[in-house]
Amino acid sequence: MGEYEPTIIAFVCNWCTYTAADLAGTSRLTYPPNVRMIRMMCTGMVDPKYVIKALLEGADAILISGCHPGDCHYINGNYKARRRVKLLKEILPRFGFDERRLKLTWIGASEGVDFAKTIKEMVTEIKELGPNDVREQMVL
Amino acid sequence: MAKTAKIDVKEQNLLTALRGFFKALLEDGDMEALLVPQHLPMKNVVMPTLVTDPEKSNTADPLAPVFPMNAAKMVSRLTRRPVGGRIAVVLRPCEIKAFIELVKLKQGSMDEVILVSMDCYGTYGNVDYTRFAGDDGADASLRFYENVVSGKGTAWEDIDISPACKACEHPVSESADLQIGMLGVDTKDHLLLKAMTGAGEDLLEKLGLPEGEEPEGRKKAIEDLVSDRVAYRDKMFEETSEATSDLNKLTAYLGNCVNCYNCRVACPVCYCKECVFVTDVFDHEPSQYLKWAKRKGLIKMPTDTVFYHMTRLAHMSTACIGCGQCSNACPNDIPVMEIFRTIASYTQRAFDYEAGRSLEEEPPLSVFKESEYSEVTGGKD
Repeated sequence: MGEYEPTIIAFVCNWCTYTAADLAGTSRLTYPPNVRMIRMMCTGMVDPKYVIKALLEGADAILISGCHPGDCHYINGNYKARRRVKLLKEILPRFGFDERRLKLTWIGASEGVDFAKTIKEMVTEIKELGPNDVREQMVL
Repeated sequence: MAKTAKIDVKEQNLLTALRGFFKALLEDGDMEALLVPQHLPMKNVVMPTLVTDPEKSNTADPLAPVFPMNAAKMVSRLTRRPVGGRIAVVLRPCEIKAFIELVKLKQGSMDEVILVSMDCYGTYGNVDYTRFAGDDGADASLRFYENVVSGKGTAWEDIDISPACKACEHPVSESADLQIGMLGVDTKDHLLLKAMTGAGEDLLEKLGLPEGEEPEGRKKAIEDLVSDRVAYRDKMFEETSEATSDLNKLTAYLGNCVNCYNCRVACPVCYCKECVFVTDVFDHEPSQYLKWAKRKGLIKMPTDTVFYHMTRLAHMSTACIGCGQCSNACPNDIPVMEIFRTIASYTQRAFDYEAGRSLEEEPPLSVFKESEYSEVTGGKD
């Protein structure tokens, strides 16, 4: 068996982080292919249940990434996302999920370099943490 | 202006005294209607009733140790739009807290209601109550109260008040307009009636009841009861945390769940008209189940039980007022209230919020600030 390769589900907003990921691509920056990106119109529409479902389905980590505070295309969606992440970070660890499996970052449209760096760091961190043991369990 | 009055109790019958007071509320208090739990004639059950005829509140029984549903939901139905007159609603402290949450969630209004609360000694589960009440519910209520006051406690045979009530640190409502006090009051003689708001004071004046005084022992009696309950609650938090500390344990804890969603229906603060869990989103393709099963060799059916409860915790735990109706409604005796209150204690503390405490505090997920909780983004604003 090769090295453990984590699966990271990333909910990224159309206006900032998705564009940054696009920029990283067109700039030919490389980052590990462990991330599965889901483009949302705004991080403010990431319902906690998306995160819970992904973790219960065996994702090793979740990244939610949107515009910097003050830059949200919808004025305040990212602030709402921040409260929801705060909420999830209170709940998930009570059921044994390591808090590091959920990450919220702000990556603006011009920050392709920052996007690649964030993914690299996150993959390294989750590799150290090891797999989400849900994969071995019956939970659905 | 008198802030406290008393309701005289004759021949030690609290129910007669309370019924007299309710009648007076309708007759002299300028109330269009009264929402009060009553024994229904067709069957000895206690249900909230909306009364407009003063003569028809004669089986009212807010002392009955049962609440088949959290009546905040009924008050929400009555106040979602102007109802056309003032209504006095007689509620338990947890029902008032639930109603406060609903008002903040725009599911009701305080404009036309007068909240009347009773000190609450706890309630039995619905099924237990039927057995306890036997043929004469009113008599059973007095028997329950008598046992509590005489120090025999709340248990009867193998029945006791629900864990939610044992863990309830709010036996007395601080948010009602009128508080009917029993704790620390000489109820052989009278009940305490205390106005907590301007509207409550106005009403007291209209009713022209004899002036009363808050007895010295009341504060201590409340504190003693609360401290017992807090001790029970904290022990419950500890045990529940331990019983659900990882996903395997959580799965076992919720193992009996059959996705009936009774807990959601019974929950007073779960207010969505259409819950996502009953929409097409969860009408999975038949082949999808096979795919899931093949991935691990087997899956539990029905699926999504843990997912459902975790999602409800995320959606509703900040509004959980701890009434325990979720556990009451569970057909398989899953300790739903225990896990909800345990998680709610963390989520509400995280936002420095207490569900049902005050109309002024905004529900944590309905507001935000430009700069806050920088720890969730690794210190970056």
